[in-house]
Amino acid sequence: MRYQLIGLNHKSAPLEVRERLAIPESRLPDTCRELTAYPGIEEGMVISTCNRVEIVTHTVNGHADLHGFLHDHFHLDASMLDAHLYEFREKDAVRHIFRVASSLDSMVVGEAQILGQVKEAYATARAVGAVRGQLDQLFSRAFAVAKRVRSETAVGTSSVSIASVAVELAKKIFGTLQGKKVFIIGAGKMSELAARHLMAHGCASIFVANRTYDRAIGLAQKFDGQAIKFEDLYSTCDRADIVITSTGAPHAIFRREHGEQFLARRKNRPMFFIDIAVPRDVSPEMGKLDGIFAYDIDDLQQAVSSHVADRRKEAERAEAIIASEVERFQARQQTLDVVPTIVSLQDHLETIRQAEIDRVRGRMGQLTPEQEMAVEALTRGIINKVMHTPITTLKTAAKESEATTVVDVVRRLFNLQVKPKEPPAESADKKAEVGTQQ
Amino acid sequence: MSLLWLRFALGCYFVGLVYAFVALTRTSDLFSRIALHAATIGMVFHFVSLTELFLSGQIAWASVHNSESLLAFLSMVFFMVIYAIYQTTSPGVVVFPVVFFLTFVAALDEQPVLLTQFVSHKGWLIAHIMLIFTGYAALLVSFGASLLYLLQERRLKAKKSTSLIAFLPALEVIDQIGYRSLLLGFPFMTLGLITGSVVAITAPSIGRVDFLDPKILLSVLMWAVYMVMVFTRWNSGWRGRRAAFLATFAFVAALAAWAANYFSAMHRFGIS
Repeated sequence: MRYQLIGLNHKSAPLEVRERLAIPESRLPDTCRELTAYPGIEEGMVISTCNRVEIVTHTVNGHADLHGFLHDHFHLDASMLDAHLYEFREKDAVRHIFRVASSLDSMVVGEAQILGQVKEAYATARAVGAVRGQLDQLFSRAFAVAKRVRSETAVGTSSVSIASVAVELAKKIFGTLQGKKVFIIGAGKMSELAARHLMAHGCASIFVANRTYDRAIGLAQKFDGQAIKFEDLYSTCDRADIVITSTGAPHAIFRREHGEQFLARRKNRPMFFIDIAVPRDVSPEMGKLDGIFAYDIDDLQQAVSSHVADRRKEAERAEAIIASEVERFQARQQTLDVVPTIVSLQDHLETIRQAEIDRVRGRMGQLTPEQEMAVEALTRGIINKVMHTPITTLKTAAKESEATTVVDVVRRLFNLQVKPKEPPAESADKKAEVGTQQ
Repeated sequence: MSLLWLRFALGCYFVGLVYAFVALTRTSDLFSRIALHAATIGMVFHFVSLTELFLSGQIAWASVHNSESLLAFLSMVFFMVIYAIYQTTSPGVVVFPVVFFLTFVAALDEQPVLLTQFVSHKGWLIAHIMLIFTGYAALLVSFGASLLYLLQERRLKAKKSTSLIAFLPALEVIDQIGYRSLLLGFPFMTLGLITGSVVAITAPSIGRVDFLDPKILLSVLMWAVYMVMVFTRWNSGWRGRRAAFLATFAFVAALAAWAANYFSAMHRFGIS
């Protein structure tokens, strides 16, 4: 278990820092490749969402320079970055991944989106071969744990999503949402969800703009709304009272002068911007205008923080599940660590036994089936007796996390070959079963 | 007797005053209900007091103190109308202290009313007083709303979900309250000034009207500011900081026009 993880999230780093580290989807495969090519890293995966950037790795010896990787990759000053970074190893890394996948580390605890995002990141890294045996095991388990948390606790069901917080805020501004118009910029799941919530609370009509006009049309049809060409964005935007924006633009698409234009055309009626894009779509300068209420992803978090208390109890139960799952995973991993050694020890002794029987058989001549069986039983018996203590010791060591040392000793004593690659997950599972049966 | 009823009313309004201060720091449904009931009872006493004055035969409202009492009552009426429409007691934060202050001054002592020279214009005079005070009350509510608007705007901009001043209604609701009272008050104010001029010009005992009288100048100034407010609001939808600034200006002008009673020849209603 040589997992190592580095990253930052909404708690450790402000939006300004996260913005600079966000890796666009299109760059993810390359980043994964770069990661696995970095010294000391066997497998690697990158999770980049608007709330977190995390580098998850399985290392050669448990000590890869992940800070170095981040600095090199983002060309950022260490002093600016390091204060916001957290790093976890082994058991702690496993726990962190379990918590992230189960949405316990989310801005809105219990929201379901993060699991999908982690799965996508996993699929991307797997597709480029950056995730193989070890991370595969970790994430398969993480997904199972997330499922368990979701089904056994109410963390997910009572989740206060960004969407419902947006509705609450809109009501604080507009009173009733009856007849209010919504503009969605950049088609995304999150903005779609927010729009759906707003419509459910009475918002009247909807406009959709997207860089790809076809996607805008698609989304507009879903809501019975109107697709707007991206070029016409600024000339139509003032018609909406609520703007949900989530484009992947590298810079703010709404600046102060746009806000001033909108307000002039709207006769200063207020506008509510829900900016769920990272980097932000609405410049902070525009948010300062009277009549413009712009909430970015961090502001929304503050708004939901008051709801957190309600779910604390459920979250505690979820944490307990995670803790037991981490223990289980660790135990299984360590057993897996000793299994190859046990198997090769068995193979080694079996080879010796076979060779010895073959050597002796020539001298003894033809044996009756009974004699044959007796010889088999005798030799097997000796080997099993001899192997009993080493195997028990290995298994105990696995549980007490001294596996590596004991495995080393056993391998050296018996001159066992170290396998260059870990076996794939499934066969490892089978061997683990074999190992435990003996 | 009317003074006694007024003092009862004052006691009730005191509850409202306390509410106004408490509401700024925390929200309490129970307390806002208590304040509402106290205010209602206060209004009943207040109404009795005003009716007695009216029935006393003289144009008793035309004393400074009694007119303050009338203004306080009209402001409370506005407050109640807003409550009926929007189910919010939050304008009370501004209205209650002002009403309390006005009622307090009015309840201090009884002033002699000697307006004999206006008897022939009694109808006009009553119309003038009623209209102009309704206008004042509307302006007060509008001013209060613009302050609340600023508060709520700050709160939304600060983006912190504190329970502090969480009692405020939605921004657009506050805006509507302010705008509607402004619109409603304008014709009253205008007609009030017109009827006032009619009384002034036609009153036989006054004779020549001095248009440089501070009372008249300040009233005209207030009316002008009022008109600018309505216009900017209607034309370019001014609200928030700019509207609050204008409303404050109009309110100060109104206060000045009011205070001018003490040094203008116009409204020296027989102060002995």
